[in-house]
Amino acid sequence: MGLAKRIIPCLDVDKGRVVKGKRFGDLRDVGDPVEMAIKYRDDGADEIVFLDITATIEKRKTLIEVVEKVASKIDIPFTVGGGIRNVEDAFQLLRSGADKISINTAAFENPEIISTLADKFGSQCVVVAIDAKRTFNTRSGYEVFTHSGKVATETDVVEWAKKAEALGSGELLLTSIDRDGTRMGYDLDLLKLVTSSVKIPVIASGGVGSLDHFYQAFYFGNADATLAASVFHYGDFTIKQIKEFLYLKGIKVRLV
Amino acid sequence: MIFGIIDYGASNIFSLIHALKRLNINTKIIGNPKEIESLDAVILPGVGNFTSASQIMLKFKENLLKACESNIPIFGICLGLQLFFEESEEGFGKGLAFLDGKVVKFKVNLKVPHMGWNSIKKVRSSTLLKDLNSEAWAYFAHSYYPLPKNDEIIKGVTDYGIEFPSVIEFKNLFGTQFHPEKSGITGQRILNNFIEYLKK
Repeated sequence: MGLAKRIIPCLDVDKGRVVKGKRFGDLRDVGDPVEMAIKYRDDGADEIVFLDITATIEKRKTLIEVVEKVASKIDIPFTVGGGIRNVEDAFQLLRSGADKISINTAAFENPEIISTLADKFGSQCVVVAIDAKRTFNTRSGYEVFTHSGKVATETDVVEWAKKAEALGSGELLLTSIDRDGTRMGYDLDLLKLVTSSVKIPVIASGGVGSLDHFYQAFYFGNADATLAASVFHYGDFTIKQIKEFLYLKGIKVRLV
Repeated sequence: MIFGIIDYGASNIFSLIHALKRLNINTKIIGNPKEIESLDAVILPGVGNFTSASQIMLKFKENLLKACESNIPIFGICLGLQLFFEESEEGFGKGLAFLDGKVVKFKVNLKVPHMGWNSIKKVRSSTLLKDLNSEAWAYFAHSYYPLPKNDEIIKGVTDYGIEFPSVIEFKNLFGTQFHPEKSGITGQRILNNFIEYLKK
């Protein structure tokens, strides 16, 4: 017995629809958020992450509608991220049924937002999303990028991960920009680096392409959860298949 | 049947409302403490911090105490369950003190918050855990757990470095340290068991 390792499908949402390209590049429509959430729930998803990537002003309203619809239909936890700028944005999403909110650029630019949210809503609902890339600018060799991977910060990923933890983040969602969309596997060096630096759960993201990649993230990378998008959307394998594979390799998973 | 949900302002009550709606239960968000006496059941929901919740709870305290004495079933979820006790290591502020014991922080060599899916082991005959599989998975998100003085009220436990109480029942008080509204089929059964108990 004990805590299960989690498998989390990620849905990038643009104007109320699920899209997928490489997250930092071109987009393609792949479905309706509510239908896809239900499908993944039934397949054994432990959680669902929605990242709103809409770039327009009216996005907030569309996103709230999506969150409310999802929350009324599914009975597993879900996280909403993308464009959360302040406590009010976060509060509105939590009130609409989101269990956790994920903050990236806003947290980096204004770290107090993490402690404010943690004090008000509890650490368990604050996920700090970190996009990192291998560069020569930092000590560990991994640098934090903000603004959907476009802006280099010259900050070491370890330093930022520790700071986010100290401020009250309940979890880290760690994406490798180098691997995202490549299907070459999670960046295990990055993962090991961060999981050995913090005590809060770390969700591995970016690059999964095979069943073994999930295993590697848990076994070698010490991830608490793995996030994936395209391998699910395009039906490479189901969540059930992944979990059965992991179970046979001795990883604790929730089989439904 | 109408269930009242005490709103501490920070809780995710939307999911709870919908989980109950799927089981044909209407809910009412309770702002005025006087409304409590006319309810079929009261729910203390789960997200927030002990100190701030205990402050908001002040205005409901007297009426909840009355409800408890007049046997209105009260279901505490996560922090809601912790508020059944008087004190928490999370901070100052007084809980409802319906039950003896205290709320303590995980002191294990594992990640805290304990967050994710873990299983519930039934240790005593239980209303909430009726007809549940031996490996029933539930969703947890917490750093503290209740430690009742009386072991007999612990109906289910969960293993996270130590075995901690995850299901508590005493007379008309029911509580889960996990979130039934987020625990898929297990959670649905637990909420349904509570509803069935009320119908009797």
